[in-house]
Amino acid sequence: MTAATANTVSLSWYEASARQRIEALVDAGSFAEFIGPEQREMSPHLAIFDLPEQFDDGIVVGRGRLEGSPVLVAAQEGRFMGGAFGEVHGAKLTGLLRAARTLNQDVLILFDTGGVRLQEANAGELAISEIIRAVVEARRAGVNVIGLIGGRAGCYGGGSLIAGSCSRLVVSEQGRISVSGPEVIETNKGVEEFDSRDRALVWRTMGGKHRYLIGGADTFVDDEALAFRQAAIDALRIRRDCGVTVLEAEQKRLERRLQRFGASKDAVEIWQALGVGQPADIPSLSTDAFLRAASNRENADDAR
Amino acid sequence: MTLDDILASLFPGGSDIDVTAAMIAGKAVLPGAGPVHVLGITQGQPLGVDEAIVLAGRVIEIVRSGDRAPILFLVDSSSQRMSRRDELLGLSEYLSHLAKALLLAEAEGHRTVALLYGGSAAGAFIATALAAGTLVALPGAHPAVMDLPSMARVTKLPIDVLKAKAEATPVFAPGLENMVQTGGIHVVWDENAPLAPQLAAVLQRPQGQDDRGRLGAERGGRRKAAELAERVAVAAALDRGSQDG
Repeated sequence: MTAATANTVSLSWYEASARQRIEALVDAGSFAEFIGPEQREMSPHLAIFDLPEQFDDGIVVGRGRLEGSPVLVAAQEGRFMGGAFGEVHGAKLTGLLRAARTLNQDVLILFDTGGVRLQEANAGELAISEIIRAVVEARRAGVNVIGLIGGRAGCYGGGSLIAGSCSRLVVSEQGRISVSGPEVIETNKGVEEFDSRDRALVWRTMGGKHRYLIGGADTFVDDEALAFRQAAIDALRIRRDCGVTVLEAEQKRLERRLQRFGASKDAVEIWQALGVGQPADIPSLSTDAFLRAASNRENADDAR
Repeated sequence: MTLDDILASLFPGGSDIDVTAAMIAGKAVLPGAGPVHVLGITQGQPLGVDEAIVLAGRVIEIVRSGDRAPILFLVDSSSQRMSRRDELLGLSEYLSHLAKALLLAEAEGHRTVALLYGGSAAGAFIATALAAGTLVALPGAHPAVMDLPSMARVTKLPIDVLKAKAEATPVFAPGLENMVQTGGIHVVWDENAPLAPQLAAVLQRPQGQDDRGRLGAERGGRRKAAELAERVAVAAALDRGSQDG
């Protein structure tokens, strides 16, 4: 085996493509893709909508090494159909997670998704459900499934439910986690409920800093591939299961969140209730300053 | 069928089931099969953080009780609650938590059967009906992923185009028959026959395997998913073999 080497080039996770992220995340030269673009496994459904296809259907799955240890990796390409889950895209992740359980190997999921691909909505939604089930089955067999969130498309819709099933989540400020996207809320409930053009509102309601502060993510990192790599290495060192004790603890954690913050109208109120000194300044803080300000945050406490 | 009709047909001996704020909870005895926990969401209620935490808490209590009785989860909801407050509080975690609780119950020896008898959509559908070991439906049930106006907004396609595609494309269009064809729904019950034996038959099924991909392929609604997932799994096993060798 060759020595474990990370790429040392600085790379914005937000700006990078799925393949660039994998390249920067795992040990140099260690990644091998399964069912790669050369096999032309494209969506059979996009042509119906006169939409372009992509040879990998917007997701890369395979195996690499992280500090020498083998890990299974899936990375979504947010620049193709918003990284959305269709039949082929979803099946590649389902297959990878089923393999993880059988082979007892940990998984990293690099989310970058708007959720279900609406042009193949039923297949996408079923894929989400099959993936959640495969994540839980893998976790119950002792496999860690780590989610990394910081891409352009964020982690929306069904993707956010998969993320909520992972054993640990790493997020950058740019990572958004939410079920309904801003535009969907606005379409259904009106601009008074959610103004999707108010970017500051979007980021403080769904963005990485808020999710980290309320315990919705475990680790907060810079928008930097090496930071994601180090966080993934650290996350894999923690062994955990997905049994009744963990879910009971998650139940208490989420009940407590509702008790503490359920009446809050805005993220800034929640941050104030957490004891953040200058809550309105949170969005403008650098990572170091933010992590100091976040010392009283709600923790996920391994209850996920 | 109404909720009352369904409960009467499933549990002719009566049941102890309470409906509060569109949330169903209770217990009943299924003829020939014994006690069954009954949970659910009704009246087309959206599933938000408040509802999801109550339902998940009940599922975890049932698992803690150790009685191994089946759980029947009745579903007539809309989508997840679309609101600023629910997203602010981390709705994705609450919905995942409910889905995980149902999967935990199945893994801990409770049969979990969801009965879709009304609507359901999107995150609510994933966290309830689709998180059960077996999903069955009654005629008239109407699952969807997203309503067409929202789809039009997200896809930037005119709604007339979407309506035309919806009529021609099972993998895209909302509706019960399309969800059956893609393998998401195991069986549609006969509403003119007593429901109790139909539930008892579902409880006799072997459990533990996610066979929705295979069903979708057999029924022609999802031709590629099962085969592709299997190929990825095989590729992963082969690749490990080469690394070890």
